[in-house]
Amino acid sequence: MDMKIAITATGPSLDDQVEPRFGRAPYYLFVDTETMEAEAVQNPNVAAGGGAGIQSAQLVSDRGANVVLTGNCGPNAFQVFGAAGIQIVVGVGGTVRQAVEQFKAGSLKPTDQANVASHHGMGGGMGMGGGRGMGGGRGMGRNRTS
Amino acid sequence: MKLAIASGKGGTGKTTIATNLALSLADTGIQVQLLDCDVEEPNCHIFLKPEIEKTGPVTVAIPEVVEEKCTGCGVCADVCEFKAIAVVKGKVLVFPELCHSCGACTLFCPEGAFREVPREIGVIEEGKAGGIGFIHGLLNIGELMSPAVIGAVKKAGGTPDVLIIDSPPGTSCPVIEAVKDADFVLLVTEPTPFGLNDLKLAVGMVRELGIPFAVGINRADVGNDEVKTYCGRERIEIVLEIPDDRRIAEAYSRGEMVVRALPEYGKTFEECWARIVDLHNHATQAGTSVGKTEAEG
Repeated sequence: MDMKIAITATGPSLDDQVEPRFGRAPYYLFVDTETMEAEAVQNPNVAAGGGAGIQSAQLVSDRGANVVLTGNCGPNAFQVFGAAGIQIVVGVGGTVRQAVEQFKAGSLKPTDQANVASHHGMGGGMGMGGGRGMGGGRGMGRNRTS
Repeated sequence: MKLAIASGKGGTGKTTIATNLALSLADTGIQVQLLDCDVEEPNCHIFLKPEIEKTGPVTVAIPEVVEEKCTGCGVCADVCEFKAIAVVKGKVLVFPELCHSCGACTLFCPEGAFREVPREIGVIEEGKAGGIGFIHGLLNIGELMSPAVIGAVKKAGGTPDVLIIDSPPGTSCPVIEAVKDADFVLLVTEPTPFGLNDLKLAVGMVRELGIPFAVGINRADVGNDEVKTYCGRERIEIVLEIPDDRRIAEAYSRGEMVVRALPEYGKTFEECWARIVDLHNHATQAGTSVGKTEAEG
């Protein structure tokens, strides 16, 4: 059956790597499994303050993907995929081309649950909220971690 | 007088100062109410040990879709500034934890297909701690909308002689909510590079809000002099300096009030209060904010 697969990617070509984060992936590659034709879409939600997973899942759904291949998927995006009837495969690595071939060969199985918590893909200076976590010692402070 | 105790950096001593200032004012016969607005980690109660007399839920309004009216047009998702709504295959999904209760979806839905339902995100507790009126808020675990709980705490506050607001740390929305209508802000810091960096952020915030403010330095005799140099350059008054006294740390570790365990510090807080009153009166008369740089007027 002819299917449209969305793969999270670090760049716009089939030979770029699969990006492990779903919501904040730099690119989504939409690949036709019959023809291997690929369309790259730059992700506008890379630096979103919050709700990146939801927005990105909506984007992928709006573009008619049937299946998503990625590294990690959080609960909010997963909920959107569920409503949209989109299958999602997590734990995918290697290049986009390899991932599509693996999927076509039937060696990638969809997941039935989110595999990471919300905000998993938010790191490296993109965090929210300020100034906590450095609370002082000397018995008078408090250590805050969020 | 509504005084907010705030700081850019966490762990500088806001709660120590808020509670001990409240107690030393109450000791002199002033009618004091303390609002613990650090609703993610309230801890004034650990020191004041209030008797809670009243507890109530804090709710926010979140949208609920009336399925039979919804056409799946997607306007709601487009207008949602907080990405709390997705529309996929004509089906509306609401993510309540991301909702800021702005009401845009309900307002813009062409079909009138939303109704707003209350969702509990925390509680407020009111009581008394000796002569101090006490209110604090507790945000439920996993919730994000702390400003709503902070707003509820402040709404529950009365009009005593002095209202002391213990603010959360930082300079983001919850802090703004806590300090925005204060008459005066005391910014607590410590004499370290981290303390100075976050003090500068906090000063930027209160200047933006146009509230008169001053600085209090905790553990004032450790670290370096850069906080004082900065305050001097910016013409910011330092109204409180608490030394790095091991006995304070020991009292704190036992959940004791500094002014009870070490009564000699009562004077420190009373003097701090007198200077705040002076600065506040001066700012009110001058019609301008204390601590503004010359360039700002």
